[in-house]
Parts: sequence; C-alpha cells; structure tokens
Amino acid sequence: MPEMNMVGAINDALRHEMRKDPRVLVMGEDVGKVGGVFRVTQGLFEEFGEDRVIDTPLSEGGIIGTAIGMALYGLVPVPEIQFADFIYPAFDQIVSELAKMRYRSGGEYASKIVIRSPVGGGIRGGHYHSQSPEALFIHTAGLKVVCPSNPYDAKGLLLASIRDPDPVLFFEPKRVYRAAKGDVPEGDYTVELGKAAVTRPGKHVTVIAWGAMLYEALAAADEAAKQGVECEVLDLRTLWPVDIDAIVASVKKTGRVVVVHEAPKTCGFGAELVALINEKAFVHLEAPPIRVAGFDTPFPYSLEMEYLPLAHRILPAVLDTARF
Amino acid sequence: MVATVTPLRTLDAPLADERVVALYKHMVLARALDERLVHLQKEGKLASHLSAIGEEATIFGGIAALREQDWVFHYGREAGGALFRGMPLASYLSHVFGSSGDGGKGRQMPGTFASRAARFASASAPIGTQITHAVGFAWAAKLKKDDVVALSCFGEGATSSGDFHTGLNFAGVFKAPVVFLCRNNGWAISVPAERQTAASSFWLKGIAYGVPGVAVDGNDLFAVHKAVAAAVQRAARGEGATLIEATTSRKTDPVARVKEHLEARHLWSEKDDAEHASRVRAELDVALALAQSEPLPPRESMFDDVYRSVPWHLHEEREELQKCPK
Ligand SMILES: Cc1ncc(C[n+]2csc(CCOP(=O)(O)OP(=O)(O)O)c2C)c(N)n1
Repeated sequence: MPEMNMVGAINDALRHEMRKDPRVLVMGEDVGKVGGVFRVTQGLFEEFGEDRVIDTPLSEGGIIGTAIGMALYGLVPVPEIQFADFIYPAFDQIVSELAKMRYRSGGEYASKIVIRSPVGGGIRGGHYHSQSPEALFIHTAGLKVVCPSNPYDAKGLLLASIRDPDPVLFFEPKRVYRAAKGDVPEGDYTVELGKAAVTRPGKHVTVIAWGAMLYEALAAADEAAKQGVECEVLDLRTLWPVDIDAIVASVKKTGRVVVVHEAPKTCGFGAELVALINEKAFVHLEAPPIRVAGFDTPFPYSLEMEYLPLAHRILPAVLDTARF
Repeated sequence: MVATVTPLRTLDAPLADERVVALYKHMVLARALDERLVHLQKEGKLASHLSAIGEEATIFGGIAALREQDWVFHYGREAGGALFRGMPLASYLSHVFGSSGDGGKGRQMPGTFASRAARFASASAPIGTQITHAVGFAWAAKLKKDDVVALSCFGEGATSSGDFHTGLNFAGVFKAPVVFLCRNNGWAISVPAERQTAASSFWLKGIAYGVPGVAVDGNDLFAVHKAVAAAVQRAARGEGATLIEATTSRKTDPVARVKEHLEARHLWSEKDDAEHASRVRAELDVALALAQSEPLPPRESMFDDVYRSVPWHLHEEREELQKCPK
C-alpha cells in the first residue's frame, strides 16, 4: 500500500472515480492546468482533458449553480470552492437550490454534486482563508457534510460521497493536507458515510473531534493519560448525518464529554452535539458536556494560534470534566 | 522623505511636471517595497504578499486622478497608492507583519488594509465585494449632495463576480459618482482572461448597464491618469459612473517608462535616480526592521471590535484565554 498525504489521497480518489464513471467531472477556479492552489487536482487535466477538468470564471455562484444544472442533466460534478471562506457567493445556490431540489420536487428531481473545499486555520491565512463553516450546512436540511482527518478516510469518504445519492459538502482540513500521512489502498474502497471512528479507546472522557482538531484532541489525550485520565477520542468523519450510535455508546461508557471544533462556539456543531447527548444519554452523564471551540470572533490573522482550540486548551477541559 | 508627499487638492489633468516627479518617486518606492516583501515571503518571514509589480502605472494613474476628498475601495494591490495618499509607511508595514502597530490590530492578512488617512476603505479577501460598497458610498455622497467620488479598484477576474454586475447595474440606475478601474493583467491566478469572458474586452461590459466604458494602456501612467481624471470629472458633474479597463503587460516596465519621460524632459537624471534609490533603500531598511521587531497585538485584543462594546460571552472567552498558558 502506498503512503500518501491527504492531497494525494483525494487526488487518487478523483482520478479513480473519473476513470470509472464518465459522468464525473471536476470544476472550479484554478483546478485545471495548475491542479488547484493546493494541487489536489494535479494531473487530472492532462489525463481527462478540459471538458472534465474545467477552469471556470471567478464566480462561486456560477460554479455551484451550473453544477446543479449539470447534475440535473445527469452528470456528477465535483466542484471545488478554492477556500470554504469563498463559498458564500454560492450560499444561495447551495441553501435554496441544491439542498431543496429533491424535497421540493417530491423526489422527482435530485441534484447530486459533491462540493470539495479546504477548511480550517493554522496556515496564516487570516479571516478569509481559515474558517470552518460546517454548521451552516449541517443546519440546512438536505445536505450531507463530511470532514476527513487522514488520507485513508479522505479517499474512502470521497468515493462514498461521489456515489451517495445526495449532495455532499466535503470539507478538507488544509492544515493537515500534507502533514497527515498514511497508507492508502490502491483501487476501489469506500468508507461508509455516517460512521464515526474510535481513534483512541478510553474509559474516562469522550473527546469528540474531526478534521485537523483530531490531532489536537489526540495530543491532549496523551497528556491526560500521563495524569491518569484515559480519553476515548471519536473522529466523527461524517458530520451530518452524525453517527449518533457511536456517540451514545461512548458516552454510556465514559459519562463525560468534551467536544472540540475550530468554528466559533456559539451555534457551532458542538452545540448540536451537546444537545443530542443531553437528549439521548442524559442519564449516563456524570458531568456536563462541554465545548472547546474557536472563540466567537472573526478568525484572526496574527493571533490564530491563540484562537484555535489547540491541545493546551483541550487538556484542562478534559481534566476538569474528568474531575467534575 | 518620499512617503510624506502631500497630495494636491485639485484635479490636475494633464499632470503637472512636479506631480509626475512625485508620482515617479512613489512608484519607485512601491516597486522597491514590493521587491522586499516578495523576498521576505520567499524566505518564509511573511505569510503572503499581494504584489503590484508591473501594475504601478494603473494604480498610480488612477490614484493620482483623485481629488483629496475622493475615496478608494481597493482589493489588495494598491498599497503604493495608499502611501501616496498619506498612509504612513510604518502603519502599512505594521499591517503587513500583523503587529501591534497595525491599525487593523493584526487581524487581516497582508494587503487587505484600511486607512482613513489615505481615504482607503477596509479591504477584504473575497473578490468583488468592494465594488458594490464603492457604489453605495458614492451614491450616499450624492444623496447628501457632497462632491465626493469613489474609485473602485479590482482585477479582471472580479468582473465574473456577482458584485461586479450588481455594482455596475446600481451605479447605472442611480447615476452614482463612482469610477470602476479594472486592472486587466490577463490572469486570475492561473486562469486566463478568456476564461472570465467571451467578450472581446472588459470595458464594454459597462454598456449593458448604461455605464460608459473606456479602454486604456495600463502600462502608461498618463493614459490611465487621463481616463480616470475624465471619469472623476464626469462623476462629479453628476453624469454617473464610468468603467475603465486598464490592460497591463509585461512587455514594458511602467516605472521605467515614467523615468524615460522625466529624463527626456530634463526633469530627472541618473544622479537623481541613484540618490532616490538609496534614500528609498535606507527608508525601507529602517521601516522594515522596525515593523519586524514590533510585538504582536496582545492576545486579549482578539475580543475587541467584534462589537462596539464587549458582550458577556466574549468577556467569558477572554477570561478563558487569559487562564491559558502562553
Ligand atoms: C470570492 C473569491 N473567490 C476566490 C478567491 C481566491 N482568489 C484570490 S485572488 C484570485 C484571482 C484574482 O484575479 P483578479 O481579479 O484578476 O486580480 P489579480 O489577482 O490578477 O490582481 C482568486 C481566485 C477570492 N479571493 N475570492
């Protein structure tokens, strides 16, 4: 099995599916000859040509709107939004059109596209190259939301996303695009949507994370272990529909939960997770579930490492929860 | 020092000689500054930099055509123009390094600065959004019967954004005193201009919105200045907006072109040039060293300016951060 980073694994998934399924195409800003600003689509233009690897005008609304039209005609577009921070010109198309197509037509029409977009901070990108907007799309009925943390999952989840009948937002944690490495099988395999992974088993505190923050949660778990607190770290992988069974099973075991995410705390996905845990596992709780999240400010440039919920902020939350 | 040239108060088309000399000095400063910042970026000492190398004639031609009361809605490559209009070099560099001297408190990536001193609005990274802001700003001035024109600067890639079309449409309908200056350098990152439009040029996009379009050589300071000055006058007369497409190319160096002009008219010599270059070098040495040694903004400052005053939840979050080890 070749070792790959996230960029390579996602590239491999796209190439694999484009070879297999002639309906699949890639479109977006700079995805063609240069292979994307993060080089995720590198080499696809050369292999599949300009009708399947399409550099578009600089218009996210145009990219997503036309992708929806292509999907209605039967193609399977995988548009890239260069940074998730630039998804908002397409917000209307995603929220008003893409998410509601199946429902509003009584199931007669569906528009199946997978929107790939890098998310997250820690790359010195300031307000507009750092945000994590997953909650906005989880809040919108009709969309699935995925965020892998490692190359194996990235390939398997992307293949599953492209083959899934519903529209998927596939968020790629850019901070670990090249840092996260691992073995990735050649050829076909999928990682089922809607299934979390127990990345580290433990019995004292459940730590729920995804994307780049998974590594911070794991680092905090290592530190906590030195102080006798064993964390069970869950990597959600699919954010919505979330793997509620995996969460409840873990909470039943630990009775204590810390949710970690980069997005601002208020109305972030952590709020939904804590509410779900309260609804479904209240009697098993030994301590109030808590969130360690980005602060409720726009994403800052110079102070990004203070802003992010890194291990040094997760650890005290874990210890407090364990000792509650 | 070059950075403290005061802008003239009146429209001066065609450009007076001493104005051209002042512009040239600033263009040289802008070029040197860009070269230094590009270098620092390559060394990893700067996260990113939006350079204006090769596009100085468009930027300075446009800025020089403004009157003191006029405003600029920029996108990131117009820093040299802001220095020309009175933004202190030190503030710009503090912004670039995101340090405590930055008026924007280190919150934005390099290039997306704001400067009230230079009458530059606050820029952001999302392409095209400043176009509608410029229209609304100019429209408001018109409603208040103030003689103020807004200059909206953007690259040709931005003409594909919704805000470009909405902005031109509103400007046309409400005869807003705004000048759209589209810098066409042929590329949006890797995407060629032919992928932004099937039309033969960008200036003609104004026509459908009732906004006259003008094409100029974006490597020619005088051509850009003349076109923008005419558009500013037109806007100030209440006749509405103009879309100017300034096409830049790498075939000539727009800064060297101004130098040749000045030398041919005996307004500038090699000796002047060498002296100016060494003054600029010295000024940049000092200013860059200073900006790089400035501390970052204090971490508590993260919670300021989200709202005018800090609400309870941000107080709590600030306390949480203060408890964290540094
Ligand atoms: C809405 C949006 N989408 C994508 C980007 C990423 N991006 C940054 S610069 C750029 C190209 C801009 O080209 P152009 O408008 O021609 O200006 P130039 O950089 O050539 O000056 C792109 C696509 C962005 N900043 N905003």
